Amino acid sequence: MSEILKQLQEVVIVGEADQAQELAAQALEADIAPLTVIEDALNPGMEIVGNRYECGDYFIPDLVMAAEAMKAAMRVLEPALTARQEQRHVLGTVVIGTVEGDIHEIGKSLVGTMLSAAGFQVHDLGVDVAPVEFVRQVQETEANVVGLSALLTTTMLNQEAVIEALEEAGLREQVKVIIGGAPTGPEWAQTIGADAYAENANEAVERVKELLGV
Amino acid sequence: MKAILSRLKNGPVIVADGAMGTMLQAAGLPTGMSPEGWLLENPKPVRDVHQAYIEAGANMILSCTFGATRVRLEHGGLAERVSEINRRAVEIAREAAAGSAYVAGDIGPLGQLLAPLGRFTYEQAVEVFAEQARALAEAGVDVLYIETMSDLNEMRAAIQGARQAAPKASIFATFSFDRHGRTNMGVRPKQAAETLLSLRVDAFGANCGATLEMTEGAVAEIHEAAPHIPLIAKPNAGKPHMDIEQREVVYDATPEDMAEYARRFVALGARVIGGCCGSNPAHIAAIARAVT
Repeated sequence: MSEILKQLQEVVIVGEADQAQELAAQALEADIAPLTVIEDALNPGMEIVGNRYECGDYFIPDLVMAAEAMKAAMRVLEPALTARQEQRHVLGTVVIGTVEGDIHEIGKSLVGTMLSAAGFQVHDLGVDVAPVEFVRQVQETEANVVGLSALLTTTMLNQEAVIEALEEAGLREQVKVIIGGAPTGPEWAQTIGADAYAENANEAVERVKELLGV
Repeated sequence: MKAILSRLKNGPVIVADGAMGTMLQAAGLPTGMSPEGWLLENPKPVRDVHQAYIEAGANMILSCTFGATRVRLEHGGLAERVSEINRRAVEIAREAAAGSAYVAGDIGPLGQLLAPLGRFTYEQAVEVFAEQARALAEAGVDVLYIETMSDLNEMRAAIQGARQAAPKASIFATFSFDRHGRTNMGVRPKQAAETLLSLRVDAFGANCGATLEMTEGAVAEIHEAAPHIPLIAKPNAGKPHMDIEQREVVYDATPEDMAEYARRFVALGARVIGGCCGSNPAHIAAIARAVT
């Protein structure tokens, strides 16, 4: 791997957005293909970030900063991709949101950020999202994954309500449903017929990849 | 009653209350409704929860104001009622306490990342916390109680806001340690202790937390870093798991487990001990028996 890509990977890992942008530009100037930059520097960099989070070396600020650095690099790479009529390989389309009655935002947004960084197209509906809004967004985007966050013992029941709404709309076969949030867990996922549970943003990326076989 | 600081320094251990939200759910709080929004029309169930904890042996109850900052209330369209809600919640708590328990004005996190990670600036956070703290102090709380914090900067903002609004108020402050012994923002117990020491907070420690063991580890580390400070331990009743048949979340620590940990917390310098998520009056009664 070229020295530029090694450096780019390193600045993504430590979350230096300005440097990431600069190095991405240098890579293009050195005639490295934008897809190569993504696949050889950015993606593996984010994977290392995920591993460090998993083992407790990294915490939320580190994830956010790394994702910002990746985004900064992408801002340089995307026009180059467009110019070459190429695009980043999209792993899948995910609709996420915090369920109705629940306003917890941080965890859900972090999941969206990490999924985007991993190469998914993410539609983040925000917080306090009604089942019908999830259904509408799945129809519009032809999403193949729905992510449901709930941080309260009362609102976790609304994760089930979304799954039921997807069933009623005849969309349940088309999407995988993944849930998360402090009071939820794998048993709850099973109880309400979700396909997976993730404990944190890094795990969410792993689970979604598994669900889609990508 | 003696002033809370004198009890903290010289009196018996202060037994604090347990969870509020889950108790209110059992009493009819509708799904998705915030306790702070509900209490205006439903003071009685809130007062009943306070009373249940006092009967269980709590000497300090937290006002039902964990989410009563402008930032959180605006989701329910209540942003303009910060002062009213905080005052009313304190009034309800004081009625329940009837002079026999301290009333702590509960202040929780904003639920937003502060800049540079998020859009919310430190100065905005100070202002929002000050607004809540002012209402709590004016309503006559014995102490301002900032809890479940993960971010060192947000804690600083809350303390600064509290001091601005109520320069003479006593301040208690706790972080939640729930990932690999640190907060989810990566704050180590030692760092937390050093910061809170430098800010001259009256008592500090750990609440919520991933497990009782993790909270114990955090309290031990805080005690080492601040051996002369009265500490606070207000942990969850163990870990949540799903009762599939009842379709509800239950926490796995028994009252006896909580009592056992309460004794350990006292040995680590804790002077205020209670429960957080999943705890109920039975847990608090067991803690009261164990430490008094």
